[in-house]
Amino acid sequence: MTISFIIICCIVAVGAIAAMSLRNLVHCALCLTVSLAGLAALYLRLEAQFVGFAQILVYIGAVAILIVFAILLTRSNEPDESAVPRAGSWSGVAGVAVALVVFGTLVLSILSSSVGKTDLPASPGATVKDLGNQLMTHYVVPLEAIALLLTSAMIGAVLIAKPDKLRAGRVVKGGGEHASGT
Amino acid sequence: MTTLNQYLIVSALLFAVGLAGALTRRNAILVLVGIELMLNAANLNFIAFWRFGPNPELLRGVMFVVFSIGIAAAEAAVGLALIIAVYRHYKTTDLNRMDTLKG
Repeated sequence: MTISFIIICCIVAVGAIAAMSLRNLVHCALCLTVSLAGLAALYLRLEAQFVGFAQILVYIGAVAILIVFAILLTRSNEPDESAVPRAGSWSGVAGVAVALVVFGTLVLSILSSSVGKTDLPASPGATVKDLGNQLMTHYVVPLEAIALLLTSAMIGAVLIAKPDKLRAGRVVKGGGEHASGT
Repeated sequence: MTTLNQYLIVSALLFAVGLAGALTRRNAILVLVGIELMLNAANLNFIAFWRFGPNPELLRGVMFVVFSIGIAAAEAAVGLALIIAVYRHYKTTDLNRMDTLKG
């Protein structure tokens, strides 16, 4: 275990715990960003350069900004008591207990398996060029499918989040045309 | 040197934190953040198993994570749009107060 690994793990863990436990939602979004940046550093340590930079671009550049926008648009950035589970509340204790049981089970099964004892093998030497070649040949159908998915998700997000007034306006206008036509 | 176990334990910790957040927080946006953390824990597992696995030159794990990141982005966009639409109706993002189906 090297020092850089310990530092990155601390950043990831503290960021995630802070993101899930702080009171102010904007602080939560900031801590989430820190945690995701630590994860990108872990990907770079595992020599997955493209995934590391994609993580920075997509998660820190897009998803975190989207979350900040959602927090500000819903005006829930004021710290409110209901957002934080009270210490004695039944549901909060139960949720943390379930998470602890899951964590304990995972750690026990990881430690009891013989898979993870191996040291880091030699570098695979996979470059972004190889990745692009694979994407354009072997994985071209999933690539097109995900392009379609992202387009439809974008259109769907705009349609869902559009104010009701705009939708109602179009309906009234269509009805008016219909009435004048008859 | 770091072994595969250490990456897996970090990923398990991240998953547990995300699960605890998604189960205990009452704000819909933070529940979504918890789900994002769990997704990221799964991605870290994929990359770790790819790096320590037998055939890293085939790039299977990397491909899976690239597609998973794309799908997670789409999921976050649609999820936050849904939260904003629900907020417009209920004027709150508190999940305990969204308790009717027909409003």
